[in-house]
Amino acid sequence: MHSYRTTSKQKVFTYVGLSGLAVLLLAGFTASFLKSTGLFLGLGFISIGVIGYTFSSYSGLPVGIKNNGVWYQSLTSRGIIAWAVGVVLTAFYIVLYFYPEHLEGLIRLFDPLSEGLSGKKASQWFVYGVLYTLAIVLFGIKFIVKYKHSKYQKYRTYSVIFFQTIFAFLIPEIMARLNGDLPYYDLKSIWPLNYYLFDGYQLDGFLQNGSLGTALLIFGILSTLIITPILTYKFGKRWYCSWVCGCGGLAETAGDPFRQLSDKSLRAWKLERWMIHLILVWVFISTVGVVYSYLLQAPDSYLLGPKTFLISVGLLLCLVVGLILWKRRDWLAKDAQSSTIAISSVIVLLLGFFFFSESDRVLFIPSYQIRSAYGFFIGSIFSGVIGTGFYPILGNRVWCRFGCPMAAILGIQQKLFSKFKISTNGGQCISCGNCSAYCEMGIDVRAYAQREEPIKRASCVGCGICSAVCPRGVLRLES
Amino acid sequence: MNEKIVIIGNGVAGSTLALQLAEKGNASVTLISDESSYFFSRTALMYVYMGHLTKMQLEPFSRESWDQSPIQRIMARVLSITPEDNELSFQTSEGDVKQLPYDKLVIATGSKPAFYNWKGLEAKGVLGLYHLNDLEKLEKWAPNASACPEAIVIGGGLIGIELSEMLLSRQIKTTLIIRESFFWSSHLPESDAQFVEKHIRSHHINLIKEDELLEITADETGRVSSIQTKKGETISCNLVGITTGVRPNIEFLKTSGLELDKGILVDEYLKTSDPSIYAIGDCAQLRNPLSNRSAIEPVWYTGKLMGETLAQTFSGQPAPYKPGIWYNSAKFFDLEYQTYGKVSPKASQLKSEHHFHWETAEKAMTFAYDKKSEVFLGINTFGIRLNHRIVSGWIETGIPIQEVIDRLEEAHFDPEFSNRHYKQIKHAFIQNH
Repeated sequence: MHSYRTTSKQKVFTYVGLSGLAVLLLAGFTASFLKSTGLFLGLGFISIGVIGYTFSSYSGLPVGIKNNGVWYQSLTSRGIIAWAVGVVLTAFYIVLYFYPEHLEGLIRLFDPLSEGLSGKKASQWFVYGVLYTLAIVLFGIKFIVKYKHSKYQKYRTYSVIFFQTIFAFLIPEIMARLNGDLPYYDLKSIWPLNYYLFDGYQLDGFLQNGSLGTALLIFGILSTLIITPILTYKFGKRWYCSWVCGCGGLAETAGDPFRQLSDKSLRAWKLERWMIHLILVWVFISTVGVVYSYLLQAPDSYLLGPKTFLISVGLLLCLVVGLILWKRRDWLAKDAQSSTIAISSVIVLLLGFFFFSESDRVLFIPSYQIRSAYGFFIGSIFSGVIGTGFYPILGNRVWCRFGCPMAAILGIQQKLFSKFKISTNGGQCISCGNCSAYCEMGIDVRAYAQREEPIKRASCVGCGICSAVCPRGVLRLES
Repeated sequence: MNEKIVIIGNGVAGSTLALQLAEKGNASVTLISDESSYFFSRTALMYVYMGHLTKMQLEPFSRESWDQSPIQRIMARVLSITPEDNELSFQTSEGDVKQLPYDKLVIATGSKPAFYNWKGLEAKGVLGLYHLNDLEKLEKWAPNASACPEAIVIGGGLIGIELSEMLLSRQIKTTLIIRESFFWSSHLPESDAQFVEKHIRSHHINLIKEDELLEITADETGRVSSIQTKKGETISCNLVGITTGVRPNIEFLKTSGLELDKGILVDEYLKTSDPSIYAIGDCAQLRNPLSNRSAIEPVWYTGKLMGETLAQTFSGQPAPYKPGIWYNSAKFFDLEYQTYGKVSPKASQLKSEHHFHWETAEKAMTFAYDKKSEVFLGINTFGIRLNHRIVSGWIETGIPIQEVIDRLEEAHFDPEFSNRHYKQIKHAFIQNH
């Protein structure tokens, strides 16, 4: 036995944190008994637990990389505790998404907080939002203390904490209080990550709420078409994935202890390329179909007719794909070129079906069904149950790497049209493997560093940990 | 028929050569190792014991890629070579002795820890830190602080620091004994050494200077119980790590007839005294090293570079070994160190070399320049990363120190948002100059 065991202080704070969770559960079952005291005690204990654990782990130690014992601890090396946490998290997501009635007591516990913010009673999504935000804040503090020697790590963690608490959590609640009809809109959640942004009920919400609603809709479109490409050109996809995004925010904070678990095999990389791009195609088709059917219902009431919409989408797609194939013909491997052409042709064909059949069916399946299947399999099962529930088994960025269509778009932009890269420092690499091991996206960073080549990969989220753990100062993020 | 090239040793030199030859595909390559089936990063052994990496993660190339490559790998120990017959004999792990003919032989057997003839070396719990086996020994004798409360590390080079950091990661109380009056004085000027010593002490290492190991005492079970030093101190301990440097691993060549000195003597094409035998990596000793570089350089990148150079020669474009400007890097606990060019450890004794040293609590730099011409010679940097290509370029072209100080920011390689100290350094230089 080695001595990478938790100290007694760490144990005490772990129990305090767990007792906070227990209080929430107990109070949830006996809501009439504890009421808001239960909420206060539960969240309080969780906070004391995480903060206390953080300081008992890192305070008094010299600053530097804190990876001692990572592969010897059960939680961080797929041991029994990791599996237990994985099962509990997964179970929580399944109940949250599919059996929220079992959370009724817990949800009522959050009523006072919800009423204080939006004036409405709490829903399961409010409970989830509070716990999610709390996780990013608390584990964000832990991350900041762990990496207190690195300003890059600190700043981007301040950033994800800010965007989660203000944009994802507070602003939508306050907007709901000011104008109850506005759709719940987390401004930083950009289509296609926010796959329901252009759903019928959302569009109704935007269009029936005067200039504010219209402004929000325009912002939603611009954030995908204009803001995203510009920022990615300047900074790489990291501006979103590890500075702004909520999924990324959770992965970088609560998920940080699991980054070494990502699969680095060639097989995983091949799977990643297919999956993420096919999911992008799926969300693209279902969104176009849903908007098309929305416009079909009242073809003359909007500025944009259904057919004009399809033609502009088709032209835009051809323009982008054409630009890629022409401008970057020397960068793309043969298989990348042929699959780009094949996939785009299929999409154009489907747009043609829409156009000529004047229905929103994709091969006889109505697009709302494609959209709801997407919501079920990708939005719920993949991003939630697998993406977060499996942190301790598959690593913290499984969703971002294999599933997120936003990451797919940003990745294409980063690989083909961005100033971002990771430079390597001459011959200083000793092939130790820390960079590859701690890459949450499963990039074999060492393979590039030992060949003295810069790293320009679509999947890199620019977390900067490879550069931080490198014992020889070989890697530098640049844009 | 393809030329049959046999490489002894699958460290960075041997493996780099084998992979590059396999890529070119015009020779049959056999790689012999008695240490591991797959090439691993020796410099990263420490991270396995510390729990940062798994053993498998030390391997720079996937096992799949080795298994699919045409390189034939043999796990065996080479006993001797017979240059007259172009043949070597080896012993497999099952104990069979076999012969293997070659057209060209490359010796890349690396180094081994240099143990002197101290009394008590055979005690249980005495080890070096070089071989993959040393990791197993360490895991056996120092699994945790209750099985091994106290450890002694002898020798204050880079490996001594690594071993201390490893032991400390398991809360083992560690004493580091160095012979010199300041740390790593064979490489660092005194101001740098003192800066590093401060950092070492801040990690609660008990640093004893100007003393040496005399003998090791074992208890009735044969396990290390204490050591005696030359100055007459007795220190109790449960583990003795000996890191007093390495030397070329060439014992098996004693009867081969090859010209040997400390290492295997090679010319600039890495050829030994036998025209079909070459030596690369730590075990090779250059007959005519470049100025400012040593004849034997047991570091990672020189092994890699020799492997690459020889691969070029073997594929028909004979290339002399040209390592360029000296550089190296290391990490002392949390303190990163890089060095470029020549910073003599004892500049005070040298007539021609001047040093400018700058430091804060966490960072330091020492610039070396020619006293007369003020040409920049080299730099040591601690806690600040510099761009290899740019600094090497400055040394190669021989720009004046003033220009280096003025342009230092061009070599900036620290992560984004890091504090920049270039103005401070410039200011300090003006005041000092």
